[in-house]
Amino acid sequence: MVRVDGENNGRALIQVRNIDMKYRRGSEEIHVLQGLSLDVAEGEFVAFMGPSGSGKTTLLNLIGGLDTPTSGSIRVGGEEISELSSAELTAWRARNVGFIFQMYNLLPVLTAFQNVELPLLLTKLSRADRRRHVEAALSLVGLEDRMKHYPSQLSGGQGQRVAIARAIVADPTFLLCDEPTGDLDRKSAHEILDLLTALSKEHGKTILMVTHDPLAAEHADTILHLDKGELVETVRTEARV
Amino acid sequence: MKHLHILFGNLARKKVRTALTVGSFAVAMFLFGILVVVRLAFQAGVEIAGLDRLIIINRTSIIQPMPLAHRDRIQRVPGVTKVTFSNWFGGYYQNEKNFFPIFSIDTDSWLGVYNEFEVPPEQWKAFTEDREGAIVGEKLVERYGWKLGDRIPIKGTIFAGNWEFNLRGIYKGTRQQDDPTQFWFHWKYFDERKEFQKGMAGWYTLRIDNPDNAVRASKAIDQLFANSPYETKTETERTFAANWVKQMGNIEFLILSIGTVVMFTLLLVTGNTMAISVRERVRELAVLKAIGYSDRTVLTLIMLESLVIAALGGAVGLGLAKLFSLRGDPTGGILPIFYLPNIWLLYGFAGALVIGSIAGVIPAVSAMRLRVVEALRRV
Repeated sequence: MVRVDGENNGRALIQVRNIDMKYRRGSEEIHVLQGLSLDVAEGEFVAFMGPSGSGKTTLLNLIGGLDTPTSGSIRVGGEEISELSSAELTAWRARNVGFIFQMYNLLPVLTAFQNVELPLLLTKLSRADRRRHVEAALSLVGLEDRMKHYPSQLSGGQGQRVAIARAIVADPTFLLCDEPTGDLDRKSAHEILDLLTALSKEHGKTILMVTHDPLAAEHADTILHLDKGELVETVRTEARV
Repeated sequence: MKHLHILFGNLARKKVRTALTVGSFAVAMFLFGILVVVRLAFQAGVEIAGLDRLIIINRTSIIQPMPLAHRDRIQRVPGVTKVTFSNWFGGYYQNEKNFFPIFSIDTDSWLGVYNEFEVPPEQWKAFTEDREGAIVGEKLVERYGWKLGDRIPIKGTIFAGNWEFNLRGIYKGTRQQDDPTQFWFHWKYFDERKEFQKGMAGWYTLRIDNPDNAVRASKAIDQLFANSPYETKTETERTFAANWVKQMGNIEFLILSIGTVVMFTLLLVTGNTMAISVRERVRELAVLKAIGYSDRTVLTLIMLESLVIAALGGAVGLGLAKLFSLRGDPTGGILPIFYLPNIWLLYGFAGALVIGSIAGVIPAVSAMRLRVVEALRRV
């Protein structure tokens, strides 16, 4: 269960404590996140909502190890990641995080199979094992018949499903989704959200998702509202019921 | 190895641009190969010229001959083992475009001094027995389709008139750099027919017992003829060849200048292409880094792209230059020694890789330093 009070929750997979994030733009200092604390238990599906500039994506980037906080602590699976070096964070991301972006961000020169295989190239898996994992991931997202297609030959929804397959293929600790349906039509968006829900419910994946779409957020177990770098509201949904 | 498909996928992304960049490399390396051939053609004489062989010319000028009587006196200088002499015969075959070096030679002593040339004994015998006989280099025979026994008319320019020779033998050089385009005929026949400078040799060539004695022997010879009407200038064959090349201008500097400009331009072209290529896929590189690709892997991928372009272009350009050189001298005799040694192919290929590395290093480092969060924010 998500807690935002900063009290210790021994079962939390992700523990964020009093993180501050400041940027400097010229002479102006921008305080993006202010003393934010958060606990996310394993297997939870959390949606972050809030106006532009509220700090949603910054929070996601910090939890995903793409950036480091100005102060505060982030522990994932008991490991303090805010003190890791850049190289250590890169290796940590490869093991623990599956990213899903708004624009899919597939490599256009690679087929769907090759795009999904990318994270596995960093492992010691044999070619045959990699193939098995990729086929399983593409089959899970319903694209086993599109393996040899290039991103330009896929629809938006299919492209995002390939991105989801790439995110889950290495079996990461959790998934980070930044506006995963922001570039899709309503039908495709629904399919993607159903897929994410299934990953959470049926496969126990921990998912953190940033969205502007209330309907998309409804698929999560918990919706957290941010404003000016602070968590202002927590809403439990019925999605998991 | 696991990432090769990413590498080649990126190279195939903009096929025309990749092909043009590879083409730039190929053209530049082809030019490099040809410059090397030209440089070697000019330098070949210098590089192979022996230090144990001395050339004696008239101190006034090489075009001024010396009396044949010098020969016996030179022969007696301590350290001198063999002496021969010859004259330059300006002439051409059929028309002025068919120009090649023609020498009247002393048949008794020639091969003793120029032992790098090989002539089958029976052909040499036939040559010595025919006062109008000639020995011709294999490339020249090939160029004009001559065969043994052919009657070859030569139009004299210095020693005017129509001269006719019987092809009695074909010589081969034992080293790749030996000039295979010379035409030799009897000095005695030459001396009998010409109307001036009778009994005069154009230059003497001699062998000495030890290269260490070259300076001493040269001084002794020049001393011998000091204050005579035919003073001499003696130097090693290598110095003589180097001075000869120098007369044509600073070929080395010219070639180096052209080569440097071409390579620098190539560096800019390739560097620019790689920079554009990296800028176009900042998001993709950011995604690779986000999912766990290390800075070093990203740097390596970009560097390899640049190196593959350089290797392909270098191989094509140098291969074409090698093929071109195998066809032989395209100038009709100005560059008789026209070849591209394999070692220079290796140097050229290594040079291409160095340029590829330098061109790739700035884009690769910028890709390596890319901040994922900022790159993903860009649309």
